[in-house]
Amino acid sequence: MTSGSARADRISGGNGFVEFDADVLVLGGGPAGTWAAISAAEHGARVVLADKGFCGTSGATAAAGTGVWYVDTDSAKREAAMANREAMGGYLQDRRWMARVLDRTYKNSNRLAEWGYPYPTDDSGKRQLNSLQGPEYMRLMRKRTKQAGVTILDQSPALELLVDDGGSVAGATGVRRQKQDNWIARAKSVVIATGGCAFLSKTLGSNVLTGDGYLMAAEIGADFSGMEFSNPYAIAPAFGTVTKTLFYGWATFTYEDGSVVPGASSKGGRSAIARALTEGPVYALLDKADTETRAAMRASQPNFFLPLDRTGIDPFTQRFPITLRLEGTIRGTGGLRITDDSCATSVAGLYAAGDAATRELICGGFTGGGSHNAAWAMSSGYWAGAGAADYAQQSSLKRASSVLRAGTVGLRSGRNRSIGPAALTKAVQNEVFPYDINYFREANRLHASLQRLDALWRDVSDAEAADSTNMLHARESAAMLATARWMYRSALARTETRGMHRREDFPRQDERQQHHITTGGLQEVWARSTVNATLSEAAE
Amino acid sequence: MIEVVDSETCTSCNICVNVCPTNVFDETDGVPVIARQDDCQTCFLCELYCPDDALFVAPHADGPQSIDLLALKQSGIFGSYRRAVGWTEETKEARGLDRSYLLFGN
Repeated sequence: MTSGSARADRISGGNGFVEFDADVLVLGGGPAGTWAAISAAEHGARVVLADKGFCGTSGATAAAGTGVWYVDTDSAKREAAMANREAMGGYLQDRRWMARVLDRTYKNSNRLAEWGYPYPTDDSGKRQLNSLQGPEYMRLMRKRTKQAGVTILDQSPALELLVDDGGSVAGATGVRRQKQDNWIARAKSVVIATGGCAFLSKTLGSNVLTGDGYLMAAEIGADFSGMEFSNPYAIAPAFGTVTKTLFYGWATFTYEDGSVVPGASSKGGRSAIARALTEGPVYALLDKADTETRAAMRASQPNFFLPLDRTGIDPFTQRFPITLRLEGTIRGTGGLRITDDSCATSVAGLYAAGDAATRELICGGFTGGGSHNAAWAMSSGYWAGAGAADYAQQSSLKRASSVLRAGTVGLRSGRNRSIGPAALTKAVQNEVFPYDINYFREANRLHASLQRLDALWRDVSDAEAADSTNMLHARESAAMLATARWMYRSALARTETRGMHRREDFPRQDERQQHHITTGGLQEVWARSTVNATLSEAAE
Repeated sequence: MIEVVDSETCTSCNICVNVCPTNVFDETDGVPVIARQDDCQTCFLCELYCPDDALFVAPHADGPQSIDLLALKQSGIFGSYRRAVGWTEETKEARGLDRSYLLFGN
């Protein structure tokens, strides 16, 4: 790495390509990606960040508001914060990782305050750092990313990774979709921060998140952990996208006839809502919120009220129809498997951060909302960026003479007709949206679904390359298909109920299965249980 | 979904084209057009970033709505989300009004 030029070099144009030479390439410009890019730059790397959309509005955080698992340094408070989620998460968390995430989140949140994030102060004058407004947070992160000297490529989805002849990751290539040309970034290490996958369910801000990074990483041999924890559904107005589950804690849920849905609640009673929705419409009324709470809701989450205000509904006095939207691995906890403290994956030079990575280390098999995920994004992003910068520095100074494109499905010549993205997306959604397949899981239904998904894969894996207008959506739909297969293969491997993974045929937690499920593969998808030894042994 | 780019107030700055996370708009010689409405994820962020309050996102995620532009404009809804989050000069104190810490304990 040279200290003279802190910026990644743009090498050349022409032939429909712009080319960049970097130490670290970050894919994804949400919280994890921006923290990774800033951290890598601070560790001396020349960094390119490529976002499918716009770094600042992309991803599940930008459109929303999120709690943050921010806890004061008081050791008793931290102990309690770690302890009170362990049962919910099915005891799959790692205390050492929880402690280091709490520590890193504390430090990074205080940096946000220094950078000018407008944290509120409570009535006693104490600054409150346990919540972030998405638009505000991500606008600030974009600014800081640029100030760190990172080259940002907006509207530039990556389509595939590059590898060198030794199998190490060597960058990525993609399209600049508003310029009708392509980009290629050579890099010594790559951070996958492309978020989770919610299958275009329109849960708020999530349609950018189609598992693209999973697919690209799997194509160079990376594997996954916890993909069975992929079935959270969030409450939203039936017609809308705004999912703010917290506020439904003040709701009463009713059937069409006005009678209360038994057992229905936002926390611990969402399955009752799902069952009721299979029979007919369900309504919510936020009648348990007192005047003070209502005012706090308005001030804290203006976006919650958008769909309601704009349809003339007062949610405190008028009930409104609700639905459940699948959040997949955004609030699910599965993702790319992490192999050490720097958030390295199982592939040399490839790092993972945020929702793209497994969050089992701090959440186990369950998260209630953004809180832990937001803490994980800023912590894992910070570590992955530093790790990727160190890796780049240590790797050979001479650049690999030849790099290969590692992409497969949808990008090469094949015998079958090219992927129809809309039809394939619909076919995948038909397997992952239904409550009776994904929410309430059972061996026969999972098997049947997985067989249909495998058949789809056999078809598209030998598809002719999509044309340039369809290529991105073709790759997205293939990524969603691959994600669904890892989910259900893992769900079949966990023959118990733990965390958010609930099996009707195995309704109890089985102490012999207090382990992680690793999955991977594209042509043949596999899953196996793993003891979490590498993680416990890794040194801080 | 995004329903309106109001040609009366739009200044063709094309910020919405740049910031839309799902690339819904296309630049033109005049005001941007909603070129791929089906790709809209109803995140309302284009409204927040529009400095001229020329955009309207209907809250309905699953299909286009019929819009009465005149009535909408009279209702004062244009720019209402931007004002609510404090991204206008007149409402900037709202940026620090997050009271989530009062709600998390529920």
